[in-house]
Amino acid sequence: MDEPINLVLFSGTDDRLQAAAVLAAGAAALGKPVNIFLQYWALDAFRADRIARDHGLAAEAGAAGREAVDALRQAGQASWADTLRQAKELGGIDIQACSLSMDLLRIEQDDLDPLVDGVEGVTSFYLNAGEGQLVFI
Amino acid sequence: MATLEITTTVDAKGLSCPMPIVKTAQGVKPLPSGALIELLATDPGSVKDVAAWCRSTGNELVEESVEDAVFRFVIRKK
Repeated sequence: MDEPINLVLFSGTDDRLQAAAVLAAGAAALGKPVNIFLQYWALDAFRADRIARDHGLAAEAGAAGREAVDALRQAGQASWADTLRQAKELGGIDIQACSLSMDLLRIEQDDLDPLVDGVEGVTSFYLNAGEGQLVFI
Repeated sequence: MATLEITTTVDAKGLSCPMPIVKTAQGVKPLPSGALIELLATDPGSVKDVAAWCRSTGNELVEESVEDAVFRFVIRKK
């Protein structure tokens, strides 16, 4: 069994979430298990009533970055949420909400998009991460 | 020379990375071993990505061509 790829998502802007979704989908297509741990603003973006909203871009994007991202979207690029949904159909992707962040943002599991498989603490995350690589986005 | 019998065609034209590979992985999944799947893509990254995906998953890249900026790959399922 391959060691999993472990992605910790912290940022809640669309560009960073898109980058994370690409990394997750690529690993899933290679048959690698992927663990995604949602913290802070990334978790907030996975609220069922907010997931389809515009989440803005990282500060370094600027106006030119905004234009480039919009152009790619208009050309038919899948959103980060759609990318994750399609990649999840391949199996092997597990998305967990950080329980501390759930408390911080006053979120209940029912508030989250069905993409999220459950809620866990950091110990459970590390246990599942095993010896696999860990990426913080 | 026998003509290759394609079981499934995945049309990923216009899709950006990593969707061509995700769609290919989805398309290959239900097929029996030895089946041939054709992928059409316009993402230039797919040239290296399809080769890498095949190497990593053990599927065989049988054919590769490009016409009018559309890349065509034929893959035999492991």
